[in-house]
Amino acid sequence: MKLNITEIRKDFPILERETRRGVRVIYLDSTATSQKPVQVIEAMNDYYRRSNANIHRGVHTLAEEATSMYEGAREKIARFVNACSAREIIYTRNTTESINLVAYSWARANLKAGDLVILTEMEHHSNLVPWQMLQMERGVELDFIPVTEDGLLDLETYKALLDRHPKLVSFTHMSNVLGTINPAAEIIRLGHEAGAMVLVDGAQSAPHLQVDVQALDADFYAFSAHKMCGPTGIGVLYGKTAFLDSMPPFLGGGDMIKEVKLRSFRANSLPHKFEAGTPAIAEAVGFGAAVEYLTQIGMDNIAAHENEITEYALERLEEIPGVKIFGPSADKKGGVAAFTLEGVHPHDVAQILDQDGIAVRAGHHCAQPLHEKFGITATSRASFYLYNTKDEVDMLVNGIYKVKEMFG
Amino acid sequence: MDDLYREIIIEHYKNPSYRGKLDPHDISFADNNPLCGDHIQIDMRVDDNGVVTEAMFDGHGCAISQASADLLIESIIGKPLEELKKLNKDYILELLGIELGPVRLKCALLSLKVLKAGVYGLGEASDELVE
Repeated sequence: MKLNITEIRKDFPILERETRRGVRVIYLDSTATSQKPVQVIEAMNDYYRRSNANIHRGVHTLAEEATSMYEGAREKIARFVNACSAREIIYTRNTTESINLVAYSWARANLKAGDLVILTEMEHHSNLVPWQMLQMERGVELDFIPVTEDGLLDLETYKALLDRHPKLVSFTHMSNVLGTINPAAEIIRLGHEAGAMVLVDGAQSAPHLQVDVQALDADFYAFSAHKMCGPTGIGVLYGKTAFLDSMPPFLGGGDMIKEVKLRSFRANSLPHKFEAGTPAIAEAVGFGAAVEYLTQIGMDNIAAHENEITEYALERLEEIPGVKIFGPSADKKGGVAAFTLEGVHPHDVAQILDQDGIAVRAGHHCAQPLHEKFGITATSRASFYLYNTKDEVDMLVNGIYKVKEMFG
Repeated sequence: MDDLYREIIIEHYKNPSYRGKLDPHDISFADNNPLCGDHIQIDMRVDDNGVVTEAMFDGHGCAISQASADLLIESIIGKPLEELKKLNKDYILELLGIELGPVRLKCALLSLKVLKAGVYGLGEASDELVE
């Protein structure tokens, strides 16, 4: 079904915002964080106005209500990614913390010096640094699936790496720079055949694609609310029950315990075992509202819309002399267009576009090694979501021509 | 529009007067802005009275960082090192003639940071140098 963008845009009050007098914002930075619909803002607002209390141990009405809202959101999120059960949905702060949870809990209990962890050259820093820290601490080895000139993963090299019996494969489902949608099911299947655990960084895929963790057969899948119409401060680690059950706790404190004595404790059952301390309750409620919102519109419809916009954007950007786009063709990528403009630094491009209200990101987008691979320090990046239009792409293109004129 | 990209900035970015390296030199220092990969190196020659006689910058990055480096170099030739130690953020903003938000300020101040770390003979350029 084709999206009614006019109606959808009404759900996002910030899109009415003028960043300077008479200049309405053109938000092309959803890969960094998406905008939030009123449905999410209101859900969080209502929670604070009507139901705010601490969860789980209170017996009063507000505590009961807050608990059922917090846990109800978990159920919605479980359904959204098709987890077997809500117990497999661990709330974290964000994707980064989800990956760190695996690195601290699972990896420190299971990996020793010399064990191989396979990553890719297109990873966000959040899926590099935790493993580099483990390398320094434990002496695990890291190796990388290379990225081809076209911005795809080199699966032949991956297969060769698998002969070295990695203990873990951890990769991004969708690149935040190239936009590449990686063949996750195949990467996971091959990893499993070689006896490895597989962690998927879903920060960019959960917002844009229909994700089914069971069909993917991912052991762990990490994602953040704020990139998918939800609030900042909350993310999820999905994990298969058997693995989560066998893992030691992550952070210690309240809520993650069954029983505490002066010198010992017994850990709580899933998912609470990994959720120490008072969590982000309103944010969980907002996250629940966000996945409800996305489900109602339909992830397939969103993906189709983004694909249409991306295809159009790539076509228009390619027309501009001096523009170089990184990553594969529209059919192999999500709504991301990272580019350079000859002779102009990406920061200057972004800053000049901002004068017309156009919000794009400039820099290495937390993927410095990937930029180095392509021999550049930075790119400008326009990214698209369900609320973006072809008109906005046209304005971006006009803006880039303006930049060219200024730097002539 | 374009307060930020006044002609003077674009001009100094596209046609810098002091781009290059000095060899030999009395002082040389280089640093990056990790946020965007801007890179600046500054080389100086100093006479017996501690006055800068020649200076050049080299590097790459956005118009703001490169133009501010060129303007800074232009302004310090003939000045004693002691005076350079006193330069701060406001000095650069005055040279550029613009106001900057916190992100771009880092680009603008990179050259001054490099300059002062060199003058003080420090191992590392810290943000405190230009506050």
